Amino acid sequence: MAAHPGGLTAVATNAVSVRNLIRGFGPKGVLNGVDLDIAPGEFVALLGPSGCGKSTLLRALAGLDHDVKGSGVITVPDRVSVVFQDSRLLPWDSVLGNVTLGLREHDAESRARNALAEVGLAGREKSWPHELSGGEQQRVALARSLVREPQLLLADEPFGALDALTRIKMHGLLQDLVALHRPAVLLVTHDVDEAIALADRIVVLDHGRVATVRTVTPDVSTAVDAAGHEALRRDLLADLGVVGTSH
Amino acid sequence: MSAAPVLERPAVEPHLDPALAAGEDVRPTGRRLGPGRRRRLAWLLGPAALLALWTLASATGLLDPRILSEPWTVVATAGELLADGRLQENLAISAQRAGLGLFFGIVVGALLALVSGLSRVGEALIDGPVQIKRAIPGLALIPLLILWFGIDETMKVLTITLGVFVPIYLQTHAGLRGIDLRYVELAQTVGLSRTAFIRKVVLPGAMPGFFLGLRFAVTGAWVSLVVVEQINATSGIGYMMELARTYGQTNIIVLGLAVYGILGLLSDGAVRFLERKALSWQRTLAG
Ligand SMILES: Nc1ncnc2c1ncn2[C@@H]1O[C@H](COP(=O)(O)OP(=O)(O)OP(=O)(O)O)[C@@H](O)[C@H]1O
Ligand SMILES: [Mg+2]
Repeated sequence: MAAHPGGLTAVATNAVSVRNLIRGFGPKGVLNGVDLDIAPGEFVALLGPSGCGKSTLLRALAGLDHDVKGSGVITVPDRVSVVFQDSRLLPWDSVLGNVTLGLREHDAESRARNALAEVGLAGREKSWPHELSGGEQQRVALARSLVREPQLLLADEPFGALDALTRIKMHGLLQDLVALHRPAVLLVTHDVDEAIALADRIVVLDHGRVATVRTVTPDVSTAVDAAGHEALRRDLLADLGVVGTSH
Repeated sequence: MSAAPVLERPAVEPHLDPALAAGEDVRPTGRRLGPGRRRRLAWLLGPAALLALWTLASATGLLDPRILSEPWTVVATAGELLADGRLQENLAISAQRAGLGLFFGIVVGALLALVSGLSRVGEALIDGPVQIKRAIPGLALIPLLILWFGIDETMKVLTITLGVFVPIYLQTHAGLRGIDLRYVELAQTVGLSRTAFIRKVVLPGAMPGFFLGLRFAVTGAWVSLVVVEQINATSGIGYMMELARTYGQTNIIVLGLAVYGILGLLSDGAVRFLERKALSWQRTLAG
């Protein structure tokens, strides 16, 4: 059974449950039996070397891999939002139109205005996407995904195209928004520091399997526990096969 | 949901602040490869230059009036024909034919493009025949159309329709097929219905192609019109010119040409205007 039950509700305890997920392109297997659970409201970061299958896993959870061969059981909540690496705004629709895209509620517009205000873009509703900076476009994409009140937020390197300073601001923004809306989050990232700063739990993918899982306590995350922070960072880099402790 | 802004932004746009805008503006001038800002009515420059050249050649006697009438003669002829109502009458019937043919051609072309672009079955059924139709010169169909429909209005409008729907179909279909798959994925993740997907993603995405096709179509409509009116008609601008030929009235022929030219120019201007309004989201060299 390779179910992607959009209609079924999740197992009561978990927002996401993945069992023995196998996916491959052609003869080559990419995911070779991935098991993953995410609790409601839990923030999980997914790390792994380039090409190890992070995007493949995320796209499977999003139900975007119709043509990919494989098997396994995936359970996800009803309301799932996806944030892509590119902001993926429709260039022919206004900022507001992009946020309300697909909303059927009668108060969609006022909710979209609220969501835009939350990401600091009140007053830009009528702008075209190309009139916004890269960081602003990505904030619109965040507003678009959160206005749906998702139970699961899937994000594939959402800040990968942003400069370091904007990225740090976006981390703060994402933390605030997640604290407000409380979705379960699966964030794919290349950035060990990003993972430590944002996640409750860090999953490292390697050779198509979950290689290690590391829990991040609040003190470690904020580096109040500086030694713990440094140790976790070193461990994760070792998990990823990066030698030494420098960046 | 609270609406507390997480990030602040200035309330006034600084570049609109008169105090700041009045200041000095010294900037390095880089080489600009685009054509620069667009100016209104700039497209009239070329036609105006052509008109000036014609006037000059006629006034200096360089141009024999028997070859090409002088501009003022043409204007006078227009005045006479307007006074006795013949010009308006013929213009109205020509415009009606072109308009109807254009309308049906646009509807048919756009619908076929949509069906063929959105379903594999549709494409398999529609695309081949349209490509074959494209290979047959529109005018080659006229004998058959005359046999089927006689020489009344149906045949004329149909000839124009057949010329119009092909470019509309081709360009709209190409535009539709060129829509980035990433937007299709997005539509899926936000749970768009099939109709919402067509309305929000497919139609706007195909719009640039449609407008390109429309510009070809409008030109094609006038060309087909000239042909059907000169081959077999008892009214219309083309008929008026054909009649003038038998009486050797160069001035009326040139007037007819001028009318076609003006109509073509105006309709192209109208399409471009619509295109700029509808595609204002695009950032292109055209500006
Ligand atoms: N559409 C596809 N067709 C063929 N192979 C693919 C396709 N998509 C991904 N792959 C392959 O599957 C493997 C995993 O790709 P995936 O995009 O999941 O990697 P990733 O972990 O997200 O990498 P990155 O960190 O660079 O984004 C890669 O080896 C890639 O070449
Ligand atoms: Mg990836």
